Amino acid sequence: MRIAMEIELKDIPGQLLGALGPIADLGGNIISIAHQRDRRTPRGTIPIKITIELPEKHLDELIARWHERGITVMQKGEERLKESVFLILIGHIVHTDLKSTIDAVDSTGFAEVVDLTLMMPGIDEESSAGITIKATGKKEMERAIEILEQEAKKKGLLMIKPLEGF
Amino acid sequence: MEQVKIIIVGFGTVGRGLAEVIKRKKDHVKEELGLDIRLVGVADLRGAMVDADGLDIDDALEWKCEIRDIDSLQLIREGEYDLMVETTPSNVETGEPAFTHIKEALMRGKHVVTSNKGPLALYYRELTDLAARSGCSLKFEATVGGAMPIINLIRNNLAGNRILSIKGIFNGTCNYILTRMTEEGLPYSYVLSEAQSLGIAEADPSYDVDGIDTAEKLTILANAVLGMDVAYNSVAVEGIRRITPDALRLALDKGYVIKLIGEAREGKIEVAPRLIPKDHPFALMRGTLNIAEIEADLAGPITVMGRGAGAIEAASAIFSDIISIYR
Ligand SMILES: NC(=O)c1ccc[n+]([C@@H]2O[C@H](COP(=O)([O-])OP(=O)(O)OC[C@H]3O[C@@H](n4cnc5c(N)ncnc54)[C@H](OP(=O)(O)O)[C@@H]3O)[C@@H](O)[C@H]2O)c1
Repeated sequence: MRIAMEIELKDIPGQLLGALGPIADLGGNIISIAHQRDRRTPRGTIPIKITIELPEKHLDELIARWHERGITVMQKGEERLKESVFLILIGHIVHTDLKSTIDAVDSTGFAEVVDLTLMMPGIDEESSAGITIKATGKKEMERAIEILEQEAKKKGLLMIKPLEGF
Repeated sequence: MEQVKIIIVGFGTVGRGLAEVIKRKKDHVKEELGLDIRLVGVADLRGAMVDADGLDIDDALEWKCEIRDIDSLQLIREGEYDLMVETTPSNVETGEPAFTHIKEALMRGKHVVTSNKGPLALYYRELTDLAARSGCSLKFEATVGGAMPIINLIRNNLAGNRILSIKGIFNGTCNYILTRMTEEGLPYSYVLSEAQSLGIAEADPSYDVDGIDTAEKLTILANAVLGMDVAYNSVAVEGIRRITPDALRLALDKGYVIKLIGEAREGKIEVAPRLIPKDHPFALMRGTLNIAEIEADLAGPITVMGRGAGAIEAASAIFSDIISIYR
């Protein structure tokens, strides 16, 4: 059986070999493999597109062996955090406990802050941050932004949202 | 030939701009539309100039006609005219003196055309109900977006459509400040002083930069063309004072600019700085231009842009309102 899938490797040496080894061990062949070392998922893993030829009965075993090595198989064509939104926060971002601001989103389980760039001018002046949030779907994204907006309001931060969608 | 006797109450930038426009366009309107528009009275804090046959506009502009010692209310109550143009300063707390001026004129069966946002943002229903009861027109295209057509565009050309939302840039001062900050990387306070010295921002800039002006315009649109019944103070407003050059740079790195946007749709009416993709039409508005995107159920999205302020620009909207009453 020919199977195309996307797997995610941790960014540590030997992971690629660790992924390919079990395929041969189980009597499979690699048809194609696309590997971009500089591409990263929001979770910091390296995504790899791979097509293999493998007896169907061995597929579960392959996935189990990968799992032991910390390699995850994404469900075909499905990335978990599909939606992405960029926002700006202005205010005393650090002094109002930046970690708890981020946690408000991360603790939802359906959304994460995947990128944050902070710019701090002089003391007493307000800082600015660019924040990228990812979420599992549109509804979840709306909810995550509502949560962050409440958190921002509570802390006296100005949140600037994109024009479309909110 | 139908005669239209007009008085102008509040003879400042816009009022005088209208007098200029009437002078320039009088003959054209006579020939093309069969309307004989005459300026029969002008009132200001200085007093009033009145001539039932029509003032000489050049003289009126220089206050060279006979100046009577009557105030604007007297002119409105006792004058002989068909239509009042109300162009006194806007007051967002009381709507006065325009609120009283407009009521007094409507109660006497006079049509009213105004560029004054305050009374409409505060007392929209009361004034439109009064106009309807008196069988008069109350028109206010100039209150939103200056020369940019939006209220009449929706009411006339999009008749039959339900308007789902309107969003846009309605304040030239804010747009100028944000554009300069983005393009030059300059701090807010520096660009504000620059705008003040250029006459783009007022000495007290709060009316513009705190989003009050945009909120008033949005309130008028929500009531007039979105079928909502909202008061000005129910709008959520955030202005541009807190925008930093850093925030603008962070946005730019991700392909966005920041603009002060007014947005109204069922259940939401808000003024706030928003992130606009660099290739969006709103992002292309530099300087003091206004733009609005109307979402209509049948027509889909429609975008208009134009000059949001200026004597002749506001007068253009007033003049079109006047003509539309008689056409
Ligand atoms: N300028 C624009 O581009 C623009 C665009 C759209 C809408 N608008 C609106 O149009 C209106 C007029 O604006 P503007 O720029 O022409 O203002 P302006 O230059 O300040 O003119 C206002 C005029 O009203 C007079 N006035 C003040 N109180 C009065 C009263 N109680 N009775 C009679 N006259 C009175 C003033 O007299 P004194 O000079 O003696 O004080 C002045 O002549 C405002 O509501 C404004 O928000 C303006």
